[in-house]
Amino acid sequence: MSFSTGATGGGADRAIEVEGLVKQFKKGPLAVDGIDLHVDSGEIYGFLGPNGAGKSTTVLMLTTLLPLTGGRATVGGFDVASQGGLVREQIGAALQEAALDPHLTAREHMRLQTALHGVPKAERMARGDELIERVGLAEAAERRVGGYSGGMRRRLDLALALVHRPSILFLDEPTTGLDPQSRSSLWEEVERLASDEGMTVFLTTQYLEEADRLADRVGIIDRGSIVAEGTPQQLKSEIGEPAVEATPADPADRARLVEVMCRFSEGGTQLDAEGEAVSVRLAPGHNGLQGVLRELDAAGVELADLQLHQPTLDDVFLDKTGRKLEGAGEGPEAEQATGEREAVPA
Amino acid sequence: MSAPSTGLARFRTVALAVAWRNLHNFVTNPALLIPALLFPLFFFTAFAGGLSRIDQAPGFDYPNGYTAFEFAFVILQASAFGGVFTGFGIARDFESGFGRRLMLAAPNRFGIVAGYALSALARAFIVGALLFAIALASGMQLSSDAVQLGGLIGLALLVNLGAAMWSTGIALRFRSIQAGPLMQTPVFLILFLAPVYVPLPLLTSWIHSVASVNPITPIVEAQRNLIAGSWDDVGIAALVGVALVAFFLVWAITGMKRAEAAGG
Amino acid sequence: MNRVHYQQVYEVARRSFLRSLRQPATMFPSLIFPLFLLAVNTAGLNATTNIPGFPTDSYLTFALAVPFIQGGIFALLNSGTDLATDIETGFLNRLALTPLGGPSLLAGTLGGAMALGLVQSAVYISVGFAAGATFEAGLAGIPVLILLALSISFSLGCIGTYVALRVGNGEAMQSLFPVFFVFLFFSSMALPRDLIEQGWFRTIADLNPVSYLIEGVRSLYIVGFDAEALGAAFGICALLATIFLTAASFSLRTRLVRT
Repeated sequence: MSFSTGATGGGADRAIEVEGLVKQFKKGPLAVDGIDLHVDSGEIYGFLGPNGAGKSTTVLMLTTLLPLTGGRATVGGFDVASQGGLVREQIGAALQEAALDPHLTAREHMRLQTALHGVPKAERMARGDELIERVGLAEAAERRVGGYSGGMRRRLDLALALVHRPSILFLDEPTTGLDPQSRSSLWEEVERLASDEGMTVFLTTQYLEEADRLADRVGIIDRGSIVAEGTPQQLKSEIGEPAVEATPADPADRARLVEVMCRFSEGGTQLDAEGEAVSVRLAPGHNGLQGVLRELDAAGVELADLQLHQPTLDDVFLDKTGRKLEGAGEGPEAEQATGEREAVPA
Repeated sequence: MSAPSTGLARFRTVALAVAWRNLHNFVTNPALLIPALLFPLFFFTAFAGGLSRIDQAPGFDYPNGYTAFEFAFVILQASAFGGVFTGFGIARDFESGFGRRLMLAAPNRFGIVAGYALSALARAFIVGALLFAIALASGMQLSSDAVQLGGLIGLALLVNLGAAMWSTGIALRFRSIQAGPLMQTPVFLILFLAPVYVPLPLLTSWIHSVASVNPITPIVEAQRNLIAGSWDDVGIAALVGVALVAFFLVWAITGMKRAEAAGG
Repeated sequence: MNRVHYQQVYEVARRSFLRSLRQPATMFPSLIFPLFLLAVNTAGLNATTNIPGFPTDSYLTFALAVPFIQGGIFALLNSGTDLATDIETGFLNRLALTPLGGPSLLAGTLGGAMALGLVQSAVYISVGFAAGATFEAGLAGIPVLILLALSISFSLGCIGTYVALRVGNGEAMQSLFPVFFVFLFFSSMALPRDLIEQGWFRTIADLNPVSYLIEGVRSLYIVGFDAEALGAAFGICALLATIFLTAASFSLRTRLVRT
């Protein structure tokens, strides 16, 4: 058994290539409905979508744990359907559940994982300790995993995925349920893996901030299909200009506020159904917030609150699917309970 | 809107509501109902069927045959474990947070304990009736008159109530199904350290000593005597049964106070 | 199998064994419960040795075979539950991403069960001798007894592995506890088959493979080397192992799904 040094098969410029990927479960839903995507070597690809969109199903197929129903995919240059063993030599995966044995210590997990991956016996302990140290678990290495916090489990999960020095790393919602500090430290590690070690990372997430922060490119998936793909900046710029949201100090000034804001708007204003806020997406070539403030001041409208919203990936999702990303996984008929907006003609 | 009912009426309402809910869960959930019905039948068949030759052991002189001899033990075993399984349900309720909902809704929390106790008795009655029917169908010799039959049922229900209150006390203190082994192991031990297979005089060595002081022993022997149409030992068995129930009722009530103090 | 495979089997078996040792809540009952029942039944059923035709005057010696089977059932359930939990938690997916092969996984899981069986057997043998049981097979019979105990652990382990792969759920596995104990109770556990009075019960005991496992172990204690009893016991072990190991191999293909 060779100890992989991260070399890949043919087509090494593209670490992951997917064409028409389909997964139809028997007596179940069409979970993945013809996905095309590619991930370049050394890239962090963010796969963003709500619960039930097909993210994890895609990951399971690409990591050879779920047979494809249709289409084809190559990972590390090897076909996932016919060259599964070779694919597995190239990849590491930290799946949705941090599947760990609560009765074993971190070191024992490392011992098992290194042995199963064929790491030479003389190198196993050193390799295990190196990774435990790297993810900040050195002090807890002899404690049983059953007593670990969620963040510690995730870190161990990541370390175990790196045991055999894979060139491609799959992370399935790696920070779900973690506190902000744990999340931040995991992000730093992922960034380091990509920048310092040239690792290709395929990351699924339902957190906008995570995709925005980490991903070089983002694919947005909804109901088994990719609805948008590009760099975060590209996707957001498709939406257009930022939006300005203003709340009048005196509710009686609302009408005047609407009239002023309309002058800056592209496509009408939006009214917050439960509050007094008025929101407009700025037209191109505007003077931005400064211009809005000047006009409101000139009109004598006092404000209780003023915010500038840059387009987010949530806006991208809303634009493509008609639903917000938050709560979208609960079903298409589930709308946001608060903050529902209705368009008012400009 | 009518004024809320008070005192005893409220206690009764709570008790009946809790009892109904538990009994409903029991009879509509096959995962609960089937084991509760099958286990006692299994033990009855295994003991009475597999060990019947024991009635040929020198000194074994029970007049109604080995089937009846074992039935007396198995019905108590079924009653006791029926009580323990009630405790499992309580532990699950508190672990899931449902117990807290009950405590919020019921100002008289002891009505909750009473409700669980009532459901335990009802479950024991259902299981006991089935076991009794099977035993009669398999040829068990019954020499009891109607009053003695009532005594048989009464002793079994006392054991059921005692075991239910024991496991209720544990469940309310730990409020987790992890305490399951703690509920059932002592009951298992106390049952099997009684004259299970042969009468007390035929037990030897250490088990004779232990069984002689085991409170379940007079109850088992009284059951066997009632089946044989005799009132021997029934008085002492009834006293022991009532004492067990009283003791464990206090245990359960103090358990409820602990649960209250912990906020459920 | 090459060196790598042996290493994989060893590591999986080591993990399986460690897990069992580190769960005292399951380990303890598997050792203590059979011994408790042995103590109670020995004291409670000693009068049965006076029944004409009873093969020994010591019920302890007669009943000592039963803990080996009870312990095997506990080990079956515990190791099966561990495997089922691995399926449930996704740990099996973690193993699937490594070069670990299905046969190595099975061998390792069963190896862990057998290691546990060895510990249990040592306890039962020691307690039996300490309590005064006679062992007609003598010193030469000890390795035979240990071999038979390991065979029982292995064959019951195959059953537990198959069931775990089918149910894939730790709680469901535990709920099957009574099913296995039915097989124990409807056997020659408490009385020799020829002394079972009820015809239907005797028929069940005659057909129950557990009866032959018990009688194989029992024969070493009360007879010595009974070729028929030992042959039947080892034969049943081989048959159970063959059937359930084959079934487990097929079931593993649907659990350890990999392209």
